[in-house]
Amino acid sequence: MIESRVEKRTIYVVLLGASFIAIYPLVSIVLLALNEPGNRISGFTIPESITLENFYTAWEKGGFSQALRSSAIIAVTVVAASVAFSVLAGYAFATMRFPFKNTLFVVLVAGLMLPYEALIIPLFFGFRDWGLIDTRWATILPQIGFSVSFGTFWMRATFESLVGSTVEAARLDGANSWDILQKVLLPLARPAMLSLAALLFLFTWNDFLLALVLIPQNESAQTAPLALSFFAGQRRGGDPSVIAAAALLVALPVLVMYVILQRRFIRGIAVGAEKG
Amino acid sequence: MSRPIGKPSLPDEASIALPALPKARRPQRRGRRAFGGSQPIAFLYLLPAFAFFIAFGVIPLGQAAFLSFYEWNGITDRSFTGFDNYLTVFTDPKIRGALWNSAILIVFYAFLPISVALVVVGLMVRVRIRGQAVYRAVLFLPTILPLTVVAVTWRWIYAPDGPLNRAFDAVGLDGFSRAWLGDFTFALPALGLVGTWVTFGLVFVLFIAGVQKISTEQYEAARIDGAGVVREFFAVTLPSLRREITVALVLTITAALRNFDVVFVTTRGGPGTNTEVPSMFIFRSVFQTRTVGLGAAIGVVLMLELLIVNMAVLWYRRRGEVES
Repeated sequence: MIESRVEKRTIYVVLLGASFIAIYPLVSIVLLALNEPGNRISGFTIPESITLENFYTAWEKGGFSQALRSSAIIAVTVVAASVAFSVLAGYAFATMRFPFKNTLFVVLVAGLMLPYEALIIPLFFGFRDWGLIDTRWATILPQIGFSVSFGTFWMRATFESLVGSTVEAARLDGANSWDILQKVLLPLARPAMLSLAALLFLFTWNDFLLALVLIPQNESAQTAPLALSFFAGQRRGGDPSVIAAAALLVALPVLVMYVILQRRFIRGIAVGAEKG
Repeated sequence: MSRPIGKPSLPDEASIALPALPKARRPQRRGRRAFGGSQPIAFLYLLPAFAFFIAFGVIPLGQAAFLSFYEWNGITDRSFTGFDNYLTVFTDPKIRGALWNSAILIVFYAFLPISVALVVVGLMVRVRIRGQAVYRAVLFLPTILPLTVVAVTWRWIYAPDGPLNRAFDAVGLDGFSRAWLGDFTFALPALGLVGTWVTFGLVFVLFIAGVQKISTEQYEAARIDGAGVVREFFAVTLPSLRREITVALVLTITAALRNFDVVFVTTRGGPGTNTEVPSMFIFRSVFQTRTVGLGAAIGVVLMLELLIVNMAVLWYRRRGEVES
């Protein structure tokens, strides 16, 4: 390591500057939200008095209690189903022998490159015919369909790194494929499954376009990002501090999860990208 | 996007199908002895994942391709028009403008953050950074936020009475203050910089993970040869990050081309058509203009665009790997 003082100072200045730019917009939104309603602040001064009134207003008037609940139902359903299906498929790809194995895997993983902007039109008209438009199923089903590509890719890599002598021993003992998965591999794969669940939760929670097109009118099924966009769209009626509070409510679950699982997230994204 | 930066990974036939084989084969061979040949039960395990993937990925894709050859308002009978919709995509000035805008956004979503992150990482390898994990966590934060929240946040930053203009006023540069997102010159770059803000953390994290794999001997050798910051960067850091750079390019270019959430919440394509992007036309084709076939064609073009860019980047990477 070269410990040149000038270089050291330069890099710390750069890192602190970049950190300020990364964090400041969020801080300014927090200050705005904590401010007295209707009181315009400059964004650089700490407000004199702090109030949670904007959060109450957003929760009640913006319908965010319902929207957050709806988002939670959708995210939990999608994550649970996607992780389960990905575990099953990843296990087959990692440990079994069957025809067209590589072709099937490449086709499934090619789904990662599929932009759902291109699929949204057929999905809309398909769900309209099935009467699913404006229900939560309209986003849950395609979200599962898009998540299993990444999930299977992830779980196959996990199981490949875990398959070893214990699995071999279990096989020789006459354990069938389901027992090996359930009793031997699943306990070992739990950390990887948790990372996968966290990433899929993030993707599902943050989705906007699918909800906008597929749940356009039913307020009781709308997701939190969708409610935020409608709420922020009423420009004239909207008080910026209430909109800021609403934005923080929408971001809160993701932020809490990031604080708890921060290392897992960063490693997950880095590792996921590396494997690609 | 939608997920902020697409899914954090991409398929690459070579790395998926090939290097995994030796690992995967061994247990299979033993499995063959234990179970005898292929295991048809595998298809049972694959069934749920493939059922959802086919029903909500493959089939809609086929339908989109089909619809793109028709003129349809979504209600009455559709009529076959051949390649007319694709012709419109490339001749209609508004749609062409949107495609061009998404190309400009690539500069802000991909090239800008990658260049800055390379410089920062190039400097970081020279000194031992205290609290590196904290910087990493803070810089990564924008990447995980819902893009609708990002959009609402930056709409406030760029507002006529928002923090950015207040900052210009405070340092006596009142002349710079403006309604950034309503400005014909600055709206698109302003949106682009939001993209830079979002993707920088992801790129940075990828590169940090990459340089940690470079052996210190390589740097020591370069330093013994008398290499300074700049030569060390071009001789050691940059070539070693080739793989990470290609991954970053694919993820950030995808995010740039798919941009929808931020535009929808902030400018809706305005002022005029200055910040239009292709996905805005896809959205409108269902609910407003009722030109479903044209919307489907834009979606197919978008998909092909992504495919071509991804293939080009991966081809570049593979060529590099063969050379070295």
